[in-house]
Amino acid sequence: MEKAPRKKRKTYTRRAFLKGLGGGAAGTALATRFLGQSLLASQLDISTASIFSKKTISFEVNGKNISLDVEPRETLLEVLRERLKMTGTKKTCGRGECGGCTVLLDGRPVYSCLFPAYRADGKKVTTVEGLAEGEKLHPVQQAFIDKDAYQCGFCTPGFIMSSVALLNKNQTPTLAEIKAGLGGNLCRCGNYAKIYEAVAAASQNMRKA
Amino acid sequence: MKKNEEYLADPDLAYIELARGKEPQEQEAQGKEAPSPEEQEFKIIGQDTPRIDGKLIVTGKAKYTHDLFFEDMLYGKILRSPYASAEIVDMDLSQAKSLPGVKAVLKLKEGRVKYEGEQVAAVAAEDEYTAEEALGLIKVDYRILPHVVTPEKAMAETSPQVHDSANVQKLNEYNRGDVDKGFAAADVIFERTYKTAVEIHQTAETHASVAKWDEDRLTVWDSTQAIFSVRDGLARALGIPASKIRVIKKYMGGGFGSKLGVNEHTVAAARLAKETGRPVKITLSRKDNSLCVGNRPTSLITIKAGVKKDGTLTSFSMKNYTGGGVGRGDRCSEPLIDIYRCPNVKVEEFTVFTNTGASRPTRAPGHVQGTFALEGFLEELANELGLDPLELRRKNYTSANQGQAGIPYSSKGLDKCYDLGASAIGWDRRNKKPGEGQGKKRRGLGEASQIWWGAGVPGTLADVKIHPDGSVEAICGTQDIGCGTRTYMATVTAETLGLEPQDITIKIGDTAYPWAPLSGGSLTTPSVAPAIRDAALKAAEYLKNLAAKKLNIEAADLVLAGKKLVNQNNPEQSIAFSDITKEMRREAVFHGERGELPPGFAYNTFGAHFAEVEVDTETGRVKVLKVVAVHEIGRVINKLTAESQVVGGITQGVSTALFEERVIDENTGKMVNPNLQDYKIATSMDVPEITTIFVDLVDPRINNLGAKGLGEPPRIPSSAAVANAVYNAIGVHLREIPMTPDKVLQALGSKEAGS
Repeated sequence: MEKAPRKKRKTYTRRAFLKGLGGGAAGTALATRFLGQSLLASQLDISTASIFSKKTISFEVNGKNISLDVEPRETLLEVLRERLKMTGTKKTCGRGECGGCTVLLDGRPVYSCLFPAYRADGKKVTTVEGLAEGEKLHPVQQAFIDKDAYQCGFCTPGFIMSSVALLNKNQTPTLAEIKAGLGGNLCRCGNYAKIYEAVAAASQNMRKA
Repeated sequence: MKKNEEYLADPDLAYIELARGKEPQEQEAQGKEAPSPEEQEFKIIGQDTPRIDGKLIVTGKAKYTHDLFFEDMLYGKILRSPYASAEIVDMDLSQAKSLPGVKAVLKLKEGRVKYEGEQVAAVAAEDEYTAEEALGLIKVDYRILPHVVTPEKAMAETSPQVHDSANVQKLNEYNRGDVDKGFAAADVIFERTYKTAVEIHQTAETHASVAKWDEDRLTVWDSTQAIFSVRDGLARALGIPASKIRVIKKYMGGGFGSKLGVNEHTVAAARLAKETGRPVKITLSRKDNSLCVGNRPTSLITIKAGVKKDGTLTSFSMKNYTGGGVGRGDRCSEPLIDIYRCPNVKVEEFTVFTNTGASRPTRAPGHVQGTFALEGFLEELANELGLDPLELRRKNYTSANQGQAGIPYSSKGLDKCYDLGASAIGWDRRNKKPGEGQGKKRRGLGEASQIWWGAGVPGTLADVKIHPDGSVEAICGTQDIGCGTRTYMATVTAETLGLEPQDITIKIGDTAYPWAPLSGGSLTTPSVAPAIRDAALKAAEYLKNLAAKKLNIEAADLVLAGKKLVNQNNPEQSIAFSDITKEMRREAVFHGERGELPPGFAYNTFGAHFAEVEVDTETGRVKVLKVVAVHEIGRVINKLTAESQVVGGITQGVSTALFEERVIDENTGKMVNPNLQDYKIATSMDVPEITTIFVDLVDPRINNLGAKGLGEPPRIPSSAAVANAVYNAIGVHLREIPMTPDKVLQALGSKEAGS
């Protein structure tokens, strides 16, 4: 059985999200999941699991049309990684703290780990796998290689997506604007200084092109 | 139950022995004698070489353990103790087992749990949601016991006991000369105490393992820095031969020391996979990663020095209490023992057990804490004596390793680090008297010096394989943890064979390949690069002989360059690389080995960081403006990736100095910031302007390339340099990191009060 979402919401808050899922025991269950704590059996009425219905969504990922059934609890990140096996987008914190899962949604950067998959219905998603044109890398990707703007590389897809979003909005960012534009991404190897260099170089190359 | 000694003898810590260059196994005879490292001239080595696997990373195609999926794969999850100290009275798995989709439930623990996050049970289910739900259905009846979570409290006689004997245990002792005589000979005796917080590795990729059985053979894909350690650890834990286990790691999202051995959840994955007959993947959550896969332990270090008026050290004593949770903590005394000339030294270090997750090596274990203390102490001592802090360090400079009976360093460029760094930062700009500046925002300059090992591990093996079609493989069971291992393997092979790095196919990260040590302790490059060089030199020799016969000249007259073998006496005469390989009947494999370290010398890396900060005296906020990092690591193999190591070391050091602190609520024994929002790490907004300089010096004997390691060195002095700059800015040394605004304001307040 497939249900339409209860209500289209203009703005997204965690509170509204939980409420939208029916509140009550399931909401509590999800809230405790958010807090990263395990559930005690006594607090969970298993029968409430049936309120998780499915919805068929259609969206575009890197130019390809995708149609699949999603549960309201599924995030865009989970759909990309677990269902579509597109593992370029990484899960680092799972709660919107690090930017490792950044993708573009209709050109706008979003944390896919917090973004309910059903809300991607009808939208265009771009991931790090969709930036290159054939063998030709996006200037940001090329600049990351040239400037060695990575170490372990795990946060790199998120940084690249945030950088692309920044440069789409501002083609000539200053150093302060680059820092602010990437302020939502964490690099634990600490290679930020090299990342700025790469974004600045990409900005130059994009203007030349 | 483990005995105290077993907790003290944490097997992860064996890596310190490796880092010191002690071989883990018997050595075999060496290969052909290579030319001395200093005489060699290189075309590619030493240049900026972009990573050969960069394209995979920037297109999202590099596969990390998180990214692996197998047919029929189950998802495993671990139930962890919510209590810091408790006894498991009863555990009921039946409800979890009967949940549809659950394929196996295992009890992992009986009796006492000793820290929040200790594993208790495990499940494997068809999907993550079901596994998570099943965890909630495991009923554990705990009897809650008293806990202690801070070293200060754990040292008290009345404190709850963490293990089966006293919480305070001797960890390390060192004596040289006679400290009492040294103090008696001193003009000034100076004593200070320094303190560091617990820091969490917070690797981007949380720990993860996939286990898959094929009859009696086990394959494990693991997010690890040490495939061979994981293999051997699994063999011990599962009671099966190492020969039946294969461990694979292709890409890994950060380790920093937290991924140096087999993890309990990896063993659980293997057991769940065995029981279900299906592959099982376990991915730890961010909270798990904060609680139970290691941390940098606390230190509480008191240093006392005897010194002549001119700054000459006559005596050093140091006492350290390190809090490594249920683990052993860090020895923090090596910098004090080794780096400055001092005839009389006494060190005592103690572990203080608490009911918190065990410490693990954390990029430059012990040295970050020990250097923060030692270098801060010298800065304060210099002020006491009215000396330039850099002059005090030069005054006690030594060319012989103090800790190793005074044997000479094979190479030491620390004096050059001082010269280059002082000039680059403008050392004269510092406040001659700390805190003499005026105004709301005050600037200061600070320096800190560094020593680490980084000689590499004799016995490291690597192969170079040449195919008749001219294609080349470089093969080694090492792992690239983000330092560019694949790239320098390609660079060294290409350089030796006259090819380009892109021509070389790199195979690493598999226990099926020749043995290499764990990747940690700055030992990968000086282990793997020389082994590859050895193999490639043998391959070159073989090809020269083939070509010499063909061209009817002496093999010694040939050089490999520009994808050819060229007669150096007659450059017109040459044969293409891929033509000579056609002469081979089959592929040929050349075995290389990292040779012995010539005895009689100490092998160490050195560096000095110079930091400039601005302290807002109204808000207590510290802003790091600039860091100049100068390192002496022998020959630099790839300047581009080496710079990244330094940039990362500085950023992490700034993070440690200003932000990072695990916070545990004393009442509940629970960590209150097990995430990336409340556990603060440096962001793009916190990074200073960075200048990286490498001293142009090739170690004459350390290995066939004259190269040392670089993983740890830039991480060691970075926090201390920032702390010393803050001292220079405000005139009071905080003696405690992280230097959060509250502590800065408190220090400024105490200065005003004149205490």
